[in-house]
Amino acid sequence: MLKVDVTTNSLTTSQGAGRAGDKVFSGAAMTAGCLILAVLFGVALFLVVQALPAFVAPAADIQGGQGFAAYIWPIVLGTLIAALIALVIATPVAIGVALFISHYAPRRLASGLGYVIDLLAAIPSVVYGAWGAAFLSKEIAPGYDWLANNLGWLPIFQGPASATGKTILTAGIVLSVMVLPIITSLSREIFLQTPKLHEEAALALGATRWEMIKMAVLPFGRPGIISAVMLGLGRALGETMAVALVLSSGVLTASLIQSGNQTIAAEIALNFPEASGLKVNTLIAAGLVLFVITLAVNMVARWIITKHKEFSGAN
Amino acid sequence: MTLTAPVTRKRSALTKGQLPKFAPYVVLAVALVLGAAILALIGFNAFGWGVVSAILFTLGLVAWSGVVEGARKAKDKLATCLVVGAFLVALLPLVSVIWTVLVNGIPGIITPGFLGTSMNGVTGSLDNKAVEQGTKVLGGVYHALVGTVQITLLATVISVPVGLLTAIYLVEYGNGRPLARAITFFVDVMTGIPSIVAGLFAAAFFFAVVGPGTKTGAVAAVALSVLMIPVVVRSSEEMLKIVPNELREAAYALGVRKWRTILKVVIPTAISGIASGVTLAIARVIGETAPILVTAGFATTINNNVFGGWMASLPTFIYTQILNPTSPSNPGPSDQRAWGAALVLIILVMLLNLAARLIARIFAPKAGR
Repeated sequence: MLKVDVTTNSLTTSQGAGRAGDKVFSGAAMTAGCLILAVLFGVALFLVVQALPAFVAPAADIQGGQGFAAYIWPIVLGTLIAALIALVIATPVAIGVALFISHYAPRRLASGLGYVIDLLAAIPSVVYGAWGAAFLSKEIAPGYDWLANNLGWLPIFQGPASATGKTILTAGIVLSVMVLPIITSLSREIFLQTPKLHEEAALALGATRWEMIKMAVLPFGRPGIISAVMLGLGRALGETMAVALVLSSGVLTASLIQSGNQTIAAEIALNFPEASGLKVNTLIAAGLVLFVITLAVNMVARWIITKHKEFSGAN
Repeated sequence: MTLTAPVTRKRSALTKGQLPKFAPYVVLAVALVLGAAILALIGFNAFGWGVVSAILFTLGLVAWSGVVEGARKAKDKLATCLVVGAFLVALLPLVSVIWTVLVNGIPGIITPGFLGTSMNGVTGSLDNKAVEQGTKVLGGVYHALVGTVQITLLATVISVPVGLLTAIYLVEYGNGRPLARAITFFVDVMTGIPSIVAGLFAAAFFFAVVGPGTKTGAVAAVALSVLMIPVVVRSSEEMLKIVPNELREAAYALGVRKWRTILKVVIPTAISGIASGVTLAIARVIGETAPILVTAGFATTINNNVFGGWMASLPTFIYTQILNPTSPSNPGPSDQRAWGAALVLIILVMLLNLAARLIARIFAPKAGR
């Protein structure tokens, strides 16, 4: 399989060609690497350039007529609300699933079960959106009625509940399904890295399986879980289709079970295809805001992971 | 106290104070029966039965364990129930999504001509006629398939060389230099770019370079490459890293240049992993909707030119058919086409995932005998 071709006739010519080849090849590799940095820089640059008109335009020209800040503020909050709902639901389930695959499932089944959860990540987002709009929102609408009737005194469950179920809570649930495989796969990796000696020491001292997990696995995996949740947050913030198809959008409202609220990504997707003039710049500016938010979230997550890597390497 | 007394006490401690092996099955049977009874009182449905039974099972088992085995074991049982429950909860949406797509998509996909015709000339009145007179739903996904294949191919052609070369730089030339560390960090960050921002970047780039309002398949391909490159880099990097150093050193010892070592030794050894990583990257971007929506527009006709004119793709086809039905008064035919397209898309993605696994297995380097 691994044939090494060294049957060259002349040493000198092959060396000359080889030296040039070395230069060309390493140069190409480095150029490709730099290209990636350039692309990321370009993403920021072109977004800023195209967004600039929206920042400097007179307030009355921006959609809503009160300037860019007034336009972006509610949808930033909407984005955060939807992502927060997704994380609150997905995090405990994802950690449970990761523990199940790493410490509970029979060894032989574990990798297969991991693949099943990874299938969740393989389903395209637009299909999730269609599922949320056609199936989930209808099924869940009676539940919202119940919430409005019984927990209506809480501002987040204030009635009247949306009859179609196309609310920010439904969108958040769909988002939670989409971030679940991300949090699961990362936490699973970390849990599997727990030093075997720690686990066996805990078990040898008479700990039950849960006590072993509580004392050995979770403390070891905490930084990993935190960064996994942050990466899930990054995905939930930027996810477009689930929200665009599921949510019947509107102004910012505190109640999660009424129609209303909007996220940045969905706002762009719904309006960009028909936009023209300053509206395009406004939407690109909104995209820039989203980019900055997710970039910050992801960088913090990656920073935690790198710190953790050094720590576990020293172990 | 005699010497033997502790021994007998220890023995009895081993056998007593434990639930019998069949305990979970007994509790499960009781929980299922009780659950059915409770559900029968308030109106039976299978989903509610499952949930109520699961809760009853957990409560029953934990309570019994608490009485017989003590609080620590009971807590352990509770944790086990919760962890297994979390896994079952995670399976629910997967099963539900696949079931919904199958049920709604099969009528669309078995309509003759669904895969072979475009939406050219399919108007609202034709859809109304299909609903009122029960004739077959016209129109199909051919134009979207063409667009998806072309855009994804172009994105692959852009991403694979860049991604692979970057991975080679990181593994073979980087060894911890500041540039390599910066690239690794920003590739990780790039993985998290929201897909719609990648789309906006490509749109903004082409608006600035070519002219405002430029929307073609090529713009979409650039947007998809931004999403695809980091995935390719990450997977190729992992694969190149696990190529044993002995192989490289053997090649160097024979006087082979570094670039030829990489091309002839390192890459052939890692090719199965690289190929399956690329296939997975394709599977990831083929379902992206948002970046195509803002870069390629949507067309109803077949466009074979990726560099000119608006282009349809499967995800945007699904999106527009659901959000803006061809006939607003009768959205049925549009829904049918959308679900049919969703089924086609899911089948494509699953096939790509399967192909990735097969590639990894078939082309894996043979271990020496």
